[in-house]
Amino acid sequence: MTNSNEFINIVIICFSSIFTGNILLSYFLGMCPFIAVSKEVKTAFGLGMAVVFVLTFTCLLNWLTYHYILIPFQLEFFRFIMFIITIAAFVQFVEMVLERYSPLLYTNLGIFLPLITVNCAILGASLFMVIRDYSLVGSVAYGFGSGVGWMLAIVSMAGIRKRLVINKIPKGLQGPGITLIIAGMMALAFIGFTGVLQGQ
Amino acid sequence: MLTTLLSVTIISAFGALLAGIIVLADKFIANYGECTITLNKDTQFNINGGIPLLEALVQQKIFIPSACGGKGTCGYCKVKVIEGAGPLLPTEEPYLDKKELENSIRLSCQVKVRNNIDIFIPEELLSVKEYICTCADIKDLTYDIKQFRFKLENPQTIEYVPGQYVQLFAPSINGSEEVYRAYSISSDPADKGYIELIIRLVPDGICTTYCFEHLKVGDTVKLNGPYGEFRLADTSAPILFIAGGSGMAPIKCILHHMKNTKNSREAVYFFGGNTERDLFLIDELKKEFESSLKFKIVPVVATPQNGYIGEKGFVTHAVERSVKNAPQAEAYLCGSPGMIDACISVLTKLGMDVSKVYYDKFS
Ligand SMILES: Cc1cc2nc3c(=O)[nH]c(=O)nc-3n(C[C@H](O)[C@H](O)[C@H](O)COP(=O)(O)OP(=O)(O)OC[C@H]3O[C@@H](n4cnc5c(N)ncnc54)[C@H](O)[C@@H]3O)c2cc1C
Ligand code: FES
Repeated sequence: MTNSNEFINIVIICFSSIFTGNILLSYFLGMCPFIAVSKEVKTAFGLGMAVVFVLTFTCLLNWLTYHYILIPFQLEFFRFIMFIITIAAFVQFVEMVLERYSPLLYTNLGIFLPLITVNCAILGASLFMVIRDYSLVGSVAYGFGSGVGWMLAIVSMAGIRKRLVINKIPKGLQGPGITLIIAGMMALAFIGFTGVLQGQ
Repeated sequence: MLTTLLSVTIISAFGALLAGIIVLADKFIANYGECTITLNKDTQFNINGGIPLLEALVQQKIFIPSACGGKGTCGYCKVKVIEGAGPLLPTEEPYLDKKELENSIRLSCQVKVRNNIDIFIPEELLSVKEYICTCADIKDLTYDIKQFRFKLENPQTIEYVPGQYVQLFAPSINGSEEVYRAYSISSDPADKGYIELIIRLVPDGICTTYCFEHLKVGDTVKLNGPYGEFRLADTSAPILFIAGGSGMAPIKCILHHMKNTKNSREAVYFFGGNTERDLFLIDELKKEFESSLKFKIVPVVATPQNGYIGEKGFVTHAVERSVKNAPQAEAYLCGSPGMIDACISVLTKLGMDVSKVYYDKFS
């Protein structure tokens, strides 16, 4: 494969993980914070940024763990445990560093970190990257793209929910109910991207 | 065999490596050294930084109300931080109104002590202490309400304003959550070595399940307090008490206090229940207070079962029918938020000013 081919491939992975294979709207991973923290655009954005950051770096770390520890010792079946502990340790570490050295980043991003340690989207992305056999750079691109896709979804949802306040919603549907219905519609809208390209 | 050993070793080694990194980071990065907390401008104490303010205060035996155990979901743990709290966190925002924000009120469970910090706590909260007690007696009052009597062991006596509440600690049982829950004191304030609580079982409730199913006479229990603004106002206006079920607790305490201080105010207590089964301690209260105080208790039953003679219907209806002096009187309400809101609207309709309605919502 030539260099430019590789580059195009990376762009495709990144693009498709944002739009056509959006981790939230196509795979429905990471629903829990998506519903709970999508009331305010500002907080949704903060959480979204935290997800982008964590996804990018955990994909990188987990790729290294997988290819340099699990494969050589033929321990691939341990990847669930390994990935989870790597993610947990990484998040914990970053939280401590941010809290210590950057109060500003900590208040805007750090406090969301514990919320997403056990988020299934984070583990999901690492597992998908293994199944799809991405290269190191591909995995990082995939992690980054998935994060951006997740952020895009939650920020749009928060924007929509802000406008919902002025609408009359039947009592039983208020809160999570209407959020799930809207998530369904957004997922339908995202299916529209499927024709654009399918890079898996 | 070898593969198993090898995989176990590798996974453990990897886990240990990560754990090691975290432990080191905790020691070096999350180490904020010694921080000084200045309390009300005059008291200072040093703590090891990096922990939430609430925890630091508890270490100093200063108890701030907290019902969620520091998770940032109850909004009780408000403290005025004059300096050193850092920027407001998104986790605090929902619990603070505009006035509190202007007053630099923060949630002490969310604010971390990372540098010297300057705080203000009202004198009243500083008298809050932790009490180790033994459970001296448990009495069934109805099918879902019990009265608990605790003997104070350390410290051995308590001072509180009648109407205040304590927070009872429910330890973890079979993996349940450790929680503190608020319960109003129901006993005679003159009885300083004991505390009585009247507790209603909440199905699947953490603390009430502990009290009803696990707590035995002779067990050690932990509580802290006193807290709360609910108390008798210092006037001579006639009093209307309205409460059902365990809402009787603070009212019973206030009645004891009125008897001790030979208070001559007129008082009527509307005690509501769904059926006759929900009424309790009526004869005891009559005997104890009707001769010594200008006091009358009016039990009201919503759906009487068999030949009940007495007030029927919702407690609000009984109040509406029989209270004639509402504009001059003061009302003291205890119970669920729903019942309190219903009572407030009836009382204002009868001509009582909202500022004369005092209440404790058991939410
Ligand atoms: C100032 C104050 C004074 C109080 N005084 C008393 C008192 O004297 N006697 C007394 O029995 N209680 C009193 N309460 C209520 C008490 O603090 C607890 O909320 C209650 O006992 C439930 O605790 P739990 O841990 O068993 O239930 P939790 O585990 O907290 O709750 C279990 C479930 O029950 C619901 N729930 C919680 N509280 C209630 C409630 N009160 N009624 C119905 N459903 C509820 C919850 O939403 C949840 O779904 C007081 C509360 C306050 C704030
Ligand atoms: S202790 Fe509950 S919000 Fe702080």
